[in-house]
Amino acid sequence: MMNNIVRREVIPLLSDEDIVRARKIVRDWTISLKFSLVDQTKLVTAVSELARNTVEHGGGGSALLEMLDDSIRRGIRLTFEDQGPGIANIDQAMTDGYSSRGSLGLGLGGTKRLVNEFDLSSEPGKGTRVTIARWK
Amino acid sequence: MNDTFASKIPALLAKYETDLLEEWIKAQLDATTLRKDLLSSADLRRSSDEFLSLLRRAATTGNLLNLNAPEWLPVKDFLAGVSRSRASQGFTPSETATFIFSFKQPLFTRLQEECGSDSRALAEELWIATTLLDRLGLFTAETFLSSREDIIKQQQLEMLELSTPVVTLWNGILALPLIGTLDSSRTQVVMENLLQTIVETGSEYAIIDITGVPTVDTLVAQHLLKTVSAARLMGAQCIISGIRPQIAQTMVHLGVAFGDVITKASLADALSYAFKQMGITVLRKQN
Ligand SMILES: Nc1ncnc2c1ncn2[C@@H]1O[C@H](COP(=O)(O)OP(=O)(O)OP(=O)(O)O)[C@@H](O)[C@H]1O
Ligand SMILES: [Mg+2]
Repeated sequence: MMNNIVRREVIPLLSDEDIVRARKIVRDWTISLKFSLVDQTKLVTAVSELARNTVEHGGGGSALLEMLDDSIRRGIRLTFEDQGPGIANIDQAMTDGYSSRGSLGLGLGGTKRLVNEFDLSSEPGKGTRVTIARWK
Repeated sequence: MNDTFASKIPALLAKYETDLLEEWIKAQLDATTLRKDLLSSADLRRSSDEFLSLLRRAATTGNLLNLNAPEWLPVKDFLAGVSRSRASQGFTPSETATFIFSFKQPLFTRLQEECGSDSRALAEELWIATTLLDRLGLFTAETFLSSREDIIKQQQLEMLELSTPVVTLWNGILALPLIGTLDSSRTQVVMENLLQTIVETGSEYAIIDITGVPTVDTLVAQHLLKTVSAARLMGAQCIISGIRPQIAQTMVHLGVAFGDVITKASLADALSYAFKQMGITVLRKQN
């Protein structure tokens, strides 16, 4: 599929403030694309989950934000990347309730349900990349 | 203004739609206020095209001066959308209103050609065209400003550091109105403070109101659930209030279940629930 990227931004994810900032920018983008309030909230919440995983589990990283317009639909694609420890067992990490540090363990599974596209790739010792997209 | 004057503008818009579009786009691309960094020429073309066809449709009714009439709704909806999106992208109000005002030049040129030497007709037409476009431009600027305010409010909420005192609403009923983001480690402090106050006051009910929390993710949910369980161990019931509909839907997808936690739509509902449980009735004084 041909995707036309109309806006692009890379933001660092190293601290709690960066997570707040990532949510704020994505919130603005969803508003400019006229997402409904529910869709805004879904995507912003997904950002919160993945940004926090990047900071907390991945030891920090970055997010690439892309606003897409392929003439049929408009949307936002987000790629979270870190050079942290990676995920050895992806199935386990995706399972609701699994957390390596006593959290709810709903971040990854929940995010997948909040977006239209979800792709996770990870290599132990190298890092993790999660790409999500939500269309209008 | 002469009521019987039938403007040529509707016919002109229909006849020269493509020419007007091209001339207008050119005028916009040449304008010094164009923000090439924020707006691609494809976007500009798309919005200009859409505006022109909506304008043409609204104008066919012949009513060019009363924008409160229903035929102008689609045009205004569209302009409101343009304003909102430009407001969030960092355009200034005048850059945004220029979108409309820049249409004057191509339209006036066509009107001049159309009216030829009939200067009285030309004067009428120009008056109508100016009034119409000025009104649409002002409408754009107004919606821009109110969108800007909404965005600033949302950003302020999003940026706000959590600061929350525990308040006693009634003897035995505490409230914790959370306002701000719950990302920092201070959230832990706020929750511990609530538990501490429960012990000190021996309160039976604690209402945690999350109306002012912009995002409820798994971290926030976990803070809430932990606090509720801890309070329960100390003999107090927590009530969570202010879960907005969009938050509720998102939580369902996330898979967060509040289980047997009591939730109420508003702080007032939560308070009246606590009153009821404690056998308190509130009566209006009769006289
Ligand atoms: N970027 C990452 N790098 C390394 N490990 C990760 C990364 N993201 C997730 N994980 C692993 O996958 C597990 C599941 O992630 P998930 O987000 O679902 O739950 P969580 O972060 O533990 O808890 P929460 O429900 O608060 O999100 C994590 O506990 C962690 O072990
Ligand atoms: Mg997580």
